[in-house]
Amino acid sequence: MVCNTHRRCADLKLVSSPKDPQSTVATQPWNNPKLRSFAAQTLVLALVGAFVWIVVDNTITNLQRLNIASGFGFLENPAGFGIALTLVEYSEQSSYGRALLVGFLNTLLVAVIGIVLATIIGFTLGVARLSSNWLIAKIATVYIEIVRNVPLLLQIFFWYFAVLRALPLPRDSVSLFDVMFLNNRGVFVPSLLLEGSGLVLLISAALGGVAAWLIVRLSKKRRAETGESLKGAQLAPLLVFVVPVLVFLVSGMGLKAEVPSLRGFGFRGGWSLIPEFVSLLLALSIYTAAFIAENVRSGILAVSKGQTEAARALGLKPSPILRLVIIPQALRVIIPPLTSQYLNLTKNSSLAVAIAYPDLVSVFSGTVLNQTGQAVEVIAITMTIYLSLSLFTSFVMNWYNRHMALVER
Amino acid sequence: MSDHFVRTTHAPAKPAPRIQIGWVRWARENLFSSLLNSLLTVIAVVLLVVMLPPFLDWAFFSAVFSAVDGSACRVDGAGACWAFVEAKFGQFLFGRYPDAEKWRVVLTLILGIAGLAPLLIPNRLPRQWLVAYLLVPFPILAFVLLSGGFFGLEKVETSDWGGLMVTLVVALTGIAASLPLGVLLALGRRSEMPVIRMFCVIFIEFWRGVPLITVLFMSSVMLPLFLPEGMSFDKLLRALIGVALFSSAYMAEVVRGGLAAVPAGQYEAGKALGLTYWQSMNRIVLPQALTTVIPGIVNNFIGLFKDTTLVLVIGLFDLLGIVQSNSTDPTWLSPQTATTGYVFAAFVFWIFCFGMSRYSVFMERRLEAGAQR
Repeated sequence: MVCNTHRRCADLKLVSSPKDPQSTVATQPWNNPKLRSFAAQTLVLALVGAFVWIVVDNTITNLQRLNIASGFGFLENPAGFGIALTLVEYSEQSSYGRALLVGFLNTLLVAVIGIVLATIIGFTLGVARLSSNWLIAKIATVYIEIVRNVPLLLQIFFWYFAVLRALPLPRDSVSLFDVMFLNNRGVFVPSLLLEGSGLVLLISAALGGVAAWLIVRLSKKRRAETGESLKGAQLAPLLVFVVPVLVFLVSGMGLKAEVPSLRGFGFRGGWSLIPEFVSLLLALSIYTAAFIAENVRSGILAVSKGQTEAARALGLKPSPILRLVIIPQALRVIIPPLTSQYLNLTKNSSLAVAIAYPDLVSVFSGTVLNQTGQAVEVIAITMTIYLSLSLFTSFVMNWYNRHMALVER
Repeated sequence: MSDHFVRTTHAPAKPAPRIQIGWVRWARENLFSSLLNSLLTVIAVVLLVVMLPPFLDWAFFSAVFSAVDGSACRVDGAGACWAFVEAKFGQFLFGRYPDAEKWRVVLTLILGIAGLAPLLIPNRLPRQWLVAYLLVPFPILAFVLLSGGFFGLEKVETSDWGGLMVTLVVALTGIAASLPLGVLLALGRRSEMPVIRMFCVIFIEFWRGVPLITVLFMSSVMLPLFLPEGMSFDKLLRALIGVALFSSAYMAEVVRGGLAAVPAGQYEAGKALGLTYWQSMNRIVLPQALTTVIPGIVNNFIGLFKDTTLVLVIGLFDLLGIVQSNSTDPTWLSPQTATTGYVFAAFVFWIFCFGMSRYSVFMERRLEAGAQR
């Protein structure tokens, strides 16, 4: 591979073999590896330093020339623009800093829900692609191959402009059982409001969790001592849900459902999801699911067939084989690429700017940047936020990988 | 006494039961092997019956294939408005590039394919010359041809470029720049010199940690601030710089994987032969490292190709951008126009990306076959 023709071999010899092996070439200062490495590093350091110096100098000059303010003081100034979707209190009088928070929370909102949806769809598709059912496997393959190879932005546009914007006006909404409504203003679903304290329910759920943990521990201990586990211990995790429901029923708290209804030109009551959110969420989760499905598939395929056969030889039934032998080993392969897909989804949520979903980039690098003109600070803050999210995730991932690494003989 | 009859020949074989042969057997094994599978098959069939006919009807039977304006597409129950794609086809390919100069784009494409195709198809042509052609004379030729202003060629501003042409320019520049840069960064990250290693790690992790959109915003609003007064870059060039830096960081990580897969003995052998660092990298390590990660590199290219659509956020009109802006053209406005445009664009992107992924599978098989020998 290295020298496949005579000419190149000759070249190689000429270059690499010293004419006189006894010569003192090695003692020349430029042949001293330490010195060379030192010189190279100094040179690189000087070049990078000079580059940074020139850039900073130019930027300062340009900012002064263009009369652009610098510093982070602008974060305190009133923003003066409205945001269509806010998770925390926000008004036009709120500061730019508050707008940043709103945008960041909106990014997290779409990312978290998107991750949950993408994981569910992705795992289903990954398993479906390996199904023994020919039709199901083919449908999953076609889905994955189409969705993976079409740009995400195009898919976002498709859902936003071609699907959601093409829905009828509010007065001719598509309704599902007369409680859910779809129209070009978004998706309207009935809201459930809790009458009473949600904190009590949260505490009871936590208590249920603790109880479940104790029961499982006790059962494990019992099994270690006597070989028989506690009856019904597998159901213990359900306590997390059962306890709050009991508390809810016993204490006589009520649930108030509010069905959205048409008033004038729009819908009132219930929960409404703005079309930007719905289309971004759909596109992100459908797109990322295709990649997750591929990770899941390769993870399952990575578990060798011998493992299933060995488990069967030990007398395990199909369901424990899957639960105790295949899934733990497949997860070891699946989880690292899965995290990077989650990270990709979070970064891809920045495409929101193209359809004006008020996420971090759209609110901050879009509107705030245009209003203040402080490009350097605004872009720096945006990038820092994404960068810290990424670095934090990869830090956790490295820790996890070290923890899970197979210790081989 | 009765006679005993003993058969001396085999009875003629009976045909296999019908459920054990042909499509019946296939269906029993692949569609109805268990209760769950049968249920899934039924659900899938119902799903297909519900979804396929309306789609086919939309795409073909009710579609409008030729029209002079959007009125035929505005009719109730009309399907895809393919006439819109037909009318705008020139724009989708070239943007607002002047009609009389379009031969230059086509010529550039032919020159590029002439260099690229022999590289992709396994053969015995001198690869280093082809690579050298693609990396130095071709970009210069392409620049002269596309942008003009030299040798009597009319100058075409980049603001008039658009459509598939911009998509290809951005993607190919990104690919061409990211491969060498990525190799250098990967080597730097594995270097024994702490300063160089640190710079490479910072560079790679920074670009990989931020979304491409913020990179494009940065290159469009911050880059002009970085330059001395009076010096300015073309908008397309700024986007190209952003895309190239961004994708080189991803490429570096792929190449790093390949470098790690080369056994330490190969590095040591290079040293033992008395080769310098660059000689042993060029002739021993990199050829092996790059061939093992060809699938990863191609995957990166696919990602980059899809990511080129993001340039529309900073006001450049790539294929998606031009479809998007044309779909609101009042002459063609209809409920189906936008959808048809998106489906067309999706199909074009799909062809490119799916083609690349098939190519990577093909190379993977070839390499595996090579390794087995």
